[in-house]
Amino acid sequence: MVTGFPVALAAWTLLLAPLAAAAGIPLLGLHRKRLSASLAIGGLLVPFACACWLLLHTLQGSLHLPLEVKVSWLLLPDLAIPFGVLIDPLSLLMSLIVTGVGSAIFIYSTGYMAHDSGYSRYFTMLSLFAFSMLTIVLANNWLELFIGWELVGFCSYALIGHWFEKPQAADAGKKAFLVNRVADFGFMLGILALWAHSSPLAAERTLNYQLLQTRLPSLLQSGWLSHETLVLTGLLIFCGVLGKSAQMPLHVWLPDAMEGPTPVSALIHAATMVAAGVYMLCRNFWLFQGAPAVLETIAWVGGATAFFSAALAVVEPDLKRILAYSTLSQLGYMVMAVGLGGHVAGMYHLTTHAFFKALLFLAAGSVIHGTRRQNIRELGGLRRSMPWTSATFFIGALALCGFPALSGFFSKDEILVLAHEHNALLYWIGSVTAGLTAFYATRAWCVAFLGQAPEHLHAHESPPVMLIPLVLLSVLSIVGGYLGIPAFLGEPAGAFHWDVAATSLAAIATGAGLAWLIYRRKAIAAEAIARRCAWLHRLLVNRYFFDDVYTWYVEQVQQRLIAGACALFERFIIIGLAVNGLAWLTQLAGRAIRRVQTGRVQGYVLGFCCGIIALLYLAGRF
Amino acid sequence: MPTVVPVLAVLLLAPALGAVLLCAVPASRADWARRIAVAATSVSLALAVWIVFDYDRATGGYQYEVLIPWVRPLGIGFHLGVDGMSAVLVLLHALCSFTGVLISYAIKERVKEYYIFYLLLITGVFGVFTSLDLFFFYFFYEMAVIPMYPLIGIWGSDVKEHGVVRFSKEYAAMKLTIYLTAGAVLALTGLLWLYVSSGAGTFDVVALQHHLSAFPLDARRQAMIFPLLAVGFGVIAPLWPFHSWSPIGHAAAPSAVSMLHAGVLMKLGSYAIIRLAMGLLPDGAVMWLPWVAALCTMNIIYGGLVAMAQKDLKLIIGYSSSSHMGYVLLGIAALTPLALDGAVLLMFAHGLMTALAFALVGHVYDETHTRYLPELGGLGKSLPFIATCGVIAAMASSSLPGFGNFVAELLVILGSWDRYPLQAILAVLGIVITSVYMLRMVRGTFFGTLPQTFTHAQDAQTFFARLPYLVLVAVLLLVGCWPRPLIRLIDVSARPFISTFAHPEAIRMATTTSSQPR
Amino acid sequence: MITLTHYLVLSALLFTIGLAGIMTRRNVILILLCVELMFNAANLAFVAFAKSLGDPSGQVIVFFVITVAAAEVTVGLAIAILMARRLSTLNADEVSLLKW
Repeated sequence: MVTGFPVALAAWTLLLAPLAAAAGIPLLGLHRKRLSASLAIGGLLVPFACACWLLLHTLQGSLHLPLEVKVSWLLLPDLAIPFGVLIDPLSLLMSLIVTGVGSAIFIYSTGYMAHDSGYSRYFTMLSLFAFSMLTIVLANNWLELFIGWELVGFCSYALIGHWFEKPQAADAGKKAFLVNRVADFGFMLGILALWAHSSPLAAERTLNYQLLQTRLPSLLQSGWLSHETLVLTGLLIFCGVLGKSAQMPLHVWLPDAMEGPTPVSALIHAATMVAAGVYMLCRNFWLFQGAPAVLETIAWVGGATAFFSAALAVVEPDLKRILAYSTLSQLGYMVMAVGLGGHVAGMYHLTTHAFFKALLFLAAGSVIHGTRRQNIRELGGLRRSMPWTSATFFIGALALCGFPALSGFFSKDEILVLAHEHNALLYWIGSVTAGLTAFYATRAWCVAFLGQAPEHLHAHESPPVMLIPLVLLSVLSIVGGYLGIPAFLGEPAGAFHWDVAATSLAAIATGAGLAWLIYRRKAIAAEAIARRCAWLHRLLVNRYFFDDVYTWYVEQVQQRLIAGACALFERFIIIGLAVNGLAWLTQLAGRAIRRVQTGRVQGYVLGFCCGIIALLYLAGRF
Repeated sequence: MPTVVPVLAVLLLAPALGAVLLCAVPASRADWARRIAVAATSVSLALAVWIVFDYDRATGGYQYEVLIPWVRPLGIGFHLGVDGMSAVLVLLHALCSFTGVLISYAIKERVKEYYIFYLLLITGVFGVFTSLDLFFFYFFYEMAVIPMYPLIGIWGSDVKEHGVVRFSKEYAAMKLTIYLTAGAVLALTGLLWLYVSSGAGTFDVVALQHHLSAFPLDARRQAMIFPLLAVGFGVIAPLWPFHSWSPIGHAAAPSAVSMLHAGVLMKLGSYAIIRLAMGLLPDGAVMWLPWVAALCTMNIIYGGLVAMAQKDLKLIIGYSSSSHMGYVLLGIAALTPLALDGAVLLMFAHGLMTALAFALVGHVYDETHTRYLPELGGLGKSLPFIATCGVIAAMASSSLPGFGNFVAELLVILGSWDRYPLQAILAVLGIVITSVYMLRMVRGTFFGTLPQTFTHAQDAQTFFARLPYLVLVAVLLLVGCWPRPLIRLIDVSARPFISTFAHPEAIRMATTTSSQPR
Repeated sequence: MITLTHYLVLSALLFTIGLAGIMTRRNVILILLCVELMFNAANLAFVAFAKSLGDPSGQVIVFFVITVAAAEVTVGLAIAILMARRLSTLNADEVSLLKW
């Protein structure tokens, strides 16, 4: 049995080691490249070891979960906010993903960013990101979650804009942060509402997960928390997920976020941060459970995102953006799973997705590193020049498609089974999306890796420091389905449904086959299809016009109309009319009264005497 | 130490003494002038830090008191003392003035005269935060306002748009001084009225408070005096719609003056509202604070939207300050301990953040000779340190967790949620608006391609040049990551302070029944 | 018998003459002389009251007034000399610089 100090130490190290690294790098000198990389990697490997140690003891049965350690961060008579670490199977699994996949990506980065001028800055931000992400994962209350939530947003901003001289990168970072801020407006209100309704007594209000969870039934019963409020709170909190997990209609920032360095896309915009929304939903599933209307909304938003973004990946020429749309689509699956009541299924898919999507991104990064290109139309024949990269990309793509026996197959199957049981329409949407997934994955594979290499393409394989993480992640992508993750989360995988598996396999085969015919065999011309369905093609190429509408809103309505009107009001009404108007009136009065000053001494004397006489007269009267 | 040395008097007189010493320095020796100013403010800073650590949290109340009777017949005395709230603000001012003196190294003309006025300004602000006598409070208040006139008028800079002067520094100096003095006179009227009608015959705040709690003023009289104080001090706070002096003044002032101006001077208003208007007129406060709560929403939202439309860096931060002071006023108006804690902490955090931002803009202006957003860009390349601090300041302003601003705004919002839910929601919206204009500013100044003209811009390179920025960032982070000690210090005084307020309904009942003359 | 009334009538007469002179004369020197006349009217009244009430403080005040008047004349004459030099005039109407 392990208890007490070692466990607490492990828990705190798990959370704080990356923070120490993030503080250490700028303090010890930004110009020392090797030192900063070692600090960052060490700062993540140590927590990984802690997490493994905790996992080992949990599996051996010598550690009882959940365990909680905390210090009070704010302590007032009517407000106590602890800062703590809550370790239960869910958070342990997620922290293993963050630290494990994160470590692989950190190591990869030393190769990918080797010649970057902002090397140490990059690793500082990565370490800060790891800390923030672990804060979300290990939080024991809503506010701590929110703190991590905002900090990952900031790290994402800084890392997307790592190459800030590039206007697109700078704009993309800003966009990501602002879209998330808009979403967090709802999220924050949701947390506030939850806090305000957590107890009828102001002094006993809390944001602690476990306390809230135990109180919820009695709160609902006593009527202090009405059902409508619960639904509203749930929807507001879900707003946060819309932003962080890039669900429609707030998904627009994620494709743009691909301007950042590729390891960042792998870590933040595929494996961990964007999954934080799903994790938060699973973490607090007890809250949504009581509000079926919220779950219904969540499921539909997830299903819509899964389908519509998969369709976007079909026409996208940029390799990283294809993967970004794919991430959106897979996140949609996870959100849909949670909405259908299967938080374990959602978490399962989150885990396998973290493996294979990080793998795909790192492989794409290796391609970019080796060719300096990322438009698949300018690539080709990489299978020969970059064998390791191609092989690992292939494994990742298979797992993504849900090829039998690979990790993606099992987790996606769980979600489809769930949809099959609960909602026929969402089930069909999910299956069609599976077909689309196979289509765009095959397309990317065929165009970029098969066929003839275009002229002037000088591809070279990446260094081992980048290939080893790829291999490790490939192994995880293959075996991810056999690790017993659902059982670890307390809900063993259900019986295998042959009908669901057969349908999804049929969809995958159709999608992959079509893509093969179009892009490999060239039996059907892609241009002909595009011409036949011109309106659809236009809709997809323009990303359903979301970006155009938002740009129009931000530039024309928000900046020019609202802010501009306020600025004009300020300049002409408040300053011009009110303040300067008053000054003008004062001047006017002065101008009128100064006529009395004639400059003739005799006049003044006369006035003076008259005044004296008047005073004397008055004095005589009283 | 407290029994032997009157800490507060030394803290207050150190900069004043520095100003006197400076008069004796030959005008050609700018280096002496700078050293004297640094020494004077360092003494104050050291003492302020010492007070914050040493203040006895178990006892609470006013500590380190100094009382020297002066005009006995009128009840005027030189009375100093700090409680938890003012101790935090004294620390804020000490930090801002110390870093401001360092930032003022960029001043090259008439250095001696500059530092004399600057130290006078510093003395005035210390005086306001520590005075417990209405007369001296007002005296120091004016002392803090008047030096702004020469400081802006002589060492300031004109505000330009596309190279065309929009308004001159002389105009800004005149407008600011007249506006603030007008507000001060309004407040003085209120203070004198209060003095006369209290019947206590003393200007001493503590004695007056004591007297008024035993013989409270008629609620209707309070309702008449409170607006005079609230608007008079609200002008400097700045309460919407009396804010228009501040962005103009910020924009024209030299950066170290803007630092004090936005960092500390604005807090004089909100502090005076807490200490005098609310402390002496509790019933009036309960009646009028809903109006303040309504107006400060305008501060938050409207100020933020106007900031969004600005193109001059200093005007953006100027309007941002008036937007964020809305949170402070909301926290004050909510009349809950939580919100007041948040308001005082926000004064502290926002003061540091704004000082940092103005110092940074000053550096950018010195290097590029422009503050006009469309002309800037890409400076992150040539000014990496300044750009990093710029991102930090922007994030602190948009209340990213980890900075004091987040904790403070969170407390304000939590504390005002019950009484003013709508305002609290709009306050959350204000955070979104803040991040819009702050990121726009960072994007336009530091990111993107570097124009050819700015390739020679110099970063802050020596440790000494970086020191002021590092101090401000470090304190912001410290308070944000571990807010407990400072909040505890504020809470020691804020909680008993709020508990003296009657419930609003009780006051409303009292005013309706007391319509017959007493 | 010369009573208090006589003194006061004389004082009032002197005062009025001085006042009328100030208001009608344009020459600065003459205006100054008229002011002196008014001072002395006041002095006379003070002394008269002091005598009739037996209170010496009235006489003390007269000494003060004489001192002040001397100072006043000094300043006044200095201004007059400057006027003559700078503006070549002693006419008060022509010197109306301090007006709107």
